[in-house]
Amino acid sequence: MTDTAQLNTLASVSDERPVRPAQNWFGLLKPYIGSPFNAVVTFACLWLIYRLITGAWGWLVTRAIVEGGPQTCKAAAGAGACWPFLAAKLRFMIFGFFPYDEHWRPALAVLLFLGAMIYSMIPRFWSRRLLWLWLAVVVICGVLMYGGVFGLRVVNTTNWGGLPLSFMLSSVGLAFGFVLGVLLALARSSKLPAIQVIAIVFIEMVRGVPLVSILFMASVMLPLFMPDGVTIDKLLRAQVAIIIFAGAYIAETVRGGLQAVPKGQHEAAASLGLGYWLSMRKIVLPQALKIVIPPLVNIFIGFFQDTTLVTIIGLLDFLDTVRSAMRDPVWQGIAVLEGYIFAALVYAVFSYGMGSYSRFIERRLKTDHSHGRH
Amino acid sequence: MATSDSSPVRLLYDVRVRAVLYQVVAVALVVGIGLYLFDTVSRKLAAQNIATGFDYLSRPAGFVISQSFISYDSGNSYGRAILVGLLNTIWVSVFAVIISTVLGLVVGIARLSRNPLLSTLALIYVEALRNVPLLLYLFLWYALIVAVFPPVREAWQILPEVFLSNGGLIVPSLRWSPAHTGVLAAVVLGIVLACVVASAFRRKRVATGQSRVAWPFVLLALVVPPLLAMLIFQPEMAVNWPEKGRFRITGGLQVTPEFTALLVGLGLSASAGIAETVRAGILSVGRGQWEAARSVGLHDRQTMRLVVLPQALRVIIPPLTSSYLSTFKNSSLAIAIGYPDLVMVSNTTMNQTGQAIEGIAIFMLVYLGMSITISMLMNWYNARVALVER
Repeated sequence: MTDTAQLNTLASVSDERPVRPAQNWFGLLKPYIGSPFNAVVTFACLWLIYRLITGAWGWLVTRAIVEGGPQTCKAAAGAGACWPFLAAKLRFMIFGFFPYDEHWRPALAVLLFLGAMIYSMIPRFWSRRLLWLWLAVVVICGVLMYGGVFGLRVVNTTNWGGLPLSFMLSSVGLAFGFVLGVLLALARSSKLPAIQVIAIVFIEMVRGVPLVSILFMASVMLPLFMPDGVTIDKLLRAQVAIIIFAGAYIAETVRGGLQAVPKGQHEAAASLGLGYWLSMRKIVLPQALKIVIPPLVNIFIGFFQDTTLVTIIGLLDFLDTVRSAMRDPVWQGIAVLEGYIFAALVYAVFSYGMGSYSRFIERRLKTDHSHGRH
Repeated sequence: MATSDSSPVRLLYDVRVRAVLYQVVAVALVVGIGLYLFDTVSRKLAAQNIATGFDYLSRPAGFVISQSFISYDSGNSYGRAILVGLLNTIWVSVFAVIISTVLGLVVGIARLSRNPLLSTLALIYVEALRNVPLLLYLFLWYALIVAVFPPVREAWQILPEVFLSNGGLIVPSLRWSPAHTGVLAAVVLGIVLACVVASAFRRKRVATGQSRVAWPFVLLALVVPPLLAMLIFQPEMAVNWPEKGRFRITGGLQVTPEFTALLVGLGLSASAGIAETVRAGILSVGRGQWEAARSVGLHDRQTMRLVVLPQALRVIIPPLTSSYLSTFKNSSLAIAIGYPDLVMVSNTTMNQTGQAIEGIAIFMLVYLGMSITISMLMNWYNARVALVER
């Protein structure tokens, strides 16, 4: 091929390119001021953005109180953010009433937990090893929090609080809720009517009432259910409520996945001579669970946020320690918003992170299905 | 081989026998656990000298409720107090559902705007609401209301006889009497009648193809019942004026800050979910539908109303139902900021009487009943708009 021929092909290729919208000033501005209505919308948006940014900047930076104590903040009368409040109360907000000298223990536990979480979110590391990793992490975190061995002081669960408690309630709740949910989903799609009815009644009853009422039930009624002489920890009661609630919601999601697995898969498993449990474990569930990973992650985000409700039955989760910090007599009535905004940011970072992960995993699982199609 | 078939061991390997066996075991397990729990609970309650049963509902409650739509004072019974709580729950849920639907529709359409500024702002709105717990927002709105508005003593008088303070918004109200209830019922009847008349005309038009002027009849159906009711009941127009005292304002209709914070919190958080639902619904209608509608000569508004929305609704309705249901259930967070809803009133009742099981049973049953009712209604509506396939 000669050079000119090559040039010709290049030229013809570039000729075949679709005509792109004019790249001049007007073309760039068209989405913003294409029509009179659109122009009004654009200016309204610009005004809103301007107000939001200047307002936030003024409150957080220019009008904020950076140094001093409660009195300096009080004098400013809420004109700007009171940073000394956050500085003074940060450790209490994160760790609650955990003994001050021992804060390194929950801090280490949280770091370990987050590390394991991030590690197991990477598809490359998905294997049976993860189970052992999590077993180790759970044991180490438990030892760090409770103590009693290796010369660590015993810290009762009544002193647990803050971010570690929120993480614990949601992750343990979801882990056990997942097992319960899969069992319930299998029961609900079972061919045995009695088992199906039991599952339906349980799932619909739990989904028909608010989490608050289940928390109330657990905190008031569980002690009554226990045999004489057995007391049940307040933390454990809330945990049981969250597991039950999460189980019912996860069950419905997993059932959706089970329904999406073609009937032929069941029949193929049966024709290989696999029994019910074996065919579920080896053939049906792996496919069903893969389909429901993205909605499951969304449920996880929801439940991470829903653990804040335990503050209603008097547990000191992160939101509750933040509120306690704001009710501290020294700071009361001075920092009325700072704590909430800090807490909102913390929740937003974790929820947004998990949401992005959900979208990433959805894309990834999709490409797995469509090899060779592109 | 008849002998081995009937042997008990062989029977155990029969699939049908096993199925029955499993079910018997499951039912026995559930019944057994239930009986055991019932036995333990009744023994413990007897030991702690706590009365059982629902007799307490008729005893005087002895506590006040800050917001009530039916006459209530501390001398009324526990049963009436719980009814007041239930009405408060329904009241705030209905308003929150309306707010969230309107906002969700607007934001959902804004998300699809070709204007990048608008769609980005809508996205930020949705993300900011979805990534922060509702309970935190409730606390934040409540704190904001208390921080921004002045104390009751320095209440702003924004209009004559209208006061705004961190104790709430206070406006003059009608002195309610049974006659007013009658008129209200007539208004509802009028709306229902108007809908029936309009739908009859529409059916006739679809059946015969002849278009008749419907609006005078619809208007008549709407207006006549309330007018008749006004004539029959002759409600008295007495106004309940707010009076400003030294520390509080009495009289008038009070919109409490608890109610406002709960309403704003519930409405906004649900609107984010609804916005995403609406967006997904509109996106689910293919481009070809727009083009086809245009090619048969429909203009934009007709296309939206007659072609796109009916198809989008099919996708939108099921998630919308669950959104309404969760708004209704989330209203139970009221207890955290002190709005006297069903759960909060029941909680007070439980603390006073010690009858926790009955209290929890009542509000769980109420929630369950309402949830089932709402989902049945929405399922019925969904069945009506669903695609009729061959």
